[in-house]
Amino acid sequence: MNAAPRDFRSEELLADVIARLIGDVRHVAVGNASPIPATAALLARERGHGRPYVSLLGSPKNTFWTDGARELFDCAGQGRIDVFFLSGGQIDGHGNVNLVSTGDYAYPKVRFPGSFGSAYLYYVVPKVILFRTEHSRRTLVPKVDFISAPGTNAPNVFRPGGPIALITNRCLFGFAQGRFTLDSVHPGHTVDEVIEHTGFEFERTAAVPQTPPPSPETLKLMREVVAPQLAEVYPQFAAQVFGITLPLSAGTASG
Amino acid sequence: MSGPIKSLDEALACIADGAMLVVPREVSGVPMAATRALIRRGVKRLHLVALPTSSLQADLLIGAGCIDTLETSAVSLGEFGPAPRFSAAVISGTIKMKDATCPALHAALQASEKGVPFMPLRGLIGSDVLKHRDDWKVIDSPFGNDDPIVLLPAIKPDVALIHAPMADAQGNVWIGRQRELATMAHAATRTVVTVDKIHDGNLLGDPLLAAGTLPGFYVESIAIANRGAWPLGLPDHYGVDAEHLALYARMAATAEGFAEYLDRYVYERRAA
Repeated sequence: MNAAPRDFRSEELLADVIARLIGDVRHVAVGNASPIPATAALLARERGHGRPYVSLLGSPKNTFWTDGARELFDCAGQGRIDVFFLSGGQIDGHGNVNLVSTGDYAYPKVRFPGSFGSAYLYYVVPKVILFRTEHSRRTLVPKVDFISAPGTNAPNVFRPGGPIALITNRCLFGFAQGRFTLDSVHPGHTVDEVIEHTGFEFERTAAVPQTPPPSPETLKLMREVVAPQLAEVYPQFAAQVFGITLPLSAGTASG
Repeated sequence: MSGPIKSLDEALACIADGAMLVVPREVSGVPMAATRALIRRGVKRLHLVALPTSSLQADLLIGAGCIDTLETSAVSLGEFGPAPRFSAAVISGTIKMKDATCPALHAALQASEKGVPFMPLRGLIGSDVLKHRDDWKVIDSPFGNDDPIVLLPAIKPDVALIHAPMADAQGNVWIGRQRELATMAHAATRTVVTVDKIHDGNLLGDPLLAAGTLPGFYVESIAIANRGAWPLGLPDHYGVDAEHLALYARMAATAEGFAEYLDRYVYERRAA
């Protein structure tokens, strides 16, 4: 399939899709080193005229926590965080994520940093959006080698939260009843390509729609209003994607 | 010198080989000058608890052979890439890894803070993190009806080692909003602090400063280490030395490069 000439970047498309997934909620928290989810959360806040409240971890200016690092988790445990983002070295068709290692746990082939807060936040945050730009059989596997956090639990396990979607550089999957469904394919990509590069089975309808491209209004909002806010936290990303450069003093906040 | 303020090596003397040492996450005030001093001293067999994650500090201690057991939720150099000595040590099996998840470590230290034997925590059930932790248990909540919940035994470190912007002559330490440093100090048997500078006056005497102060009651010893978090940052004070961390990531990618890094930046004392 030949893509039409596009007037947006793939980062802008992904941020627009994620902003829609966020929906109308009270509080979105974004983990460290997540510029695209951060763009989406700030876009959702602009569209909602200040709602949701956005916390960008790793940015003291964009987090309100004053009771130590545990406050994030205590907040989430009480249901005060509605949306969070997780990624994984491996993600499987049951929504299990692996942030630990490949191969046998005792004798790993590749070691990733570790599970961070996933083995807790995946359970208690109502909408967890899985985000993995590299869409390949290496990352989207039939079965993860280590379950940092499971996609689902037995009914008696306390679990108000879990995955609602997985977004990649090729497509958007929805998640329900322990299975992924191919919801839409991004412009310039095809269903066959998604099947070829996905290691797990997923549901799909006969005609899978294309992911709608960001509207001119959305692009204007992202580039003119969101990008300068983003530049304070992710200066390199904002410069690369949006061509925004802040005065040096503003872009080098400590923390 | 009398009182809690000592030289760096004197302050670190209570960290014995084989000690359980708790250190803060990479953005909270990491005592890097003290870490280099411990490596120079040749500390061995530490059980390092990184609350709840670590970056350069854990990687350096692992690479220098100081760690027997590592208990944490993640080790990474963040935007500078994976932590190379950590990955190599886990793959070759030279350290014992106790994988955790961030709130579990916070909760287990809070148990010690309260003097109770365990804390319950949601999540974890069905995770391989739980499966590989023989010391964590699942019970049916005594207050619920078929409600399984995980219990975490208290973590009681021998020593908490932290870096903070300032302390006073009475041993009070200003930690600001980095409240997990207080949890660590409350939980540990002893607390050793390095600070950028000594504050003239009593931190507890000023209500604005007192709210962000760790009382000297909890503090065993303090050493002055100006910019002691370098090359990491000190929140609200100074940022990371990105150039140096990029250099570290490059050098530590191989065992030889890491040895050269130690020679150049750890064994050779950095000019003040």
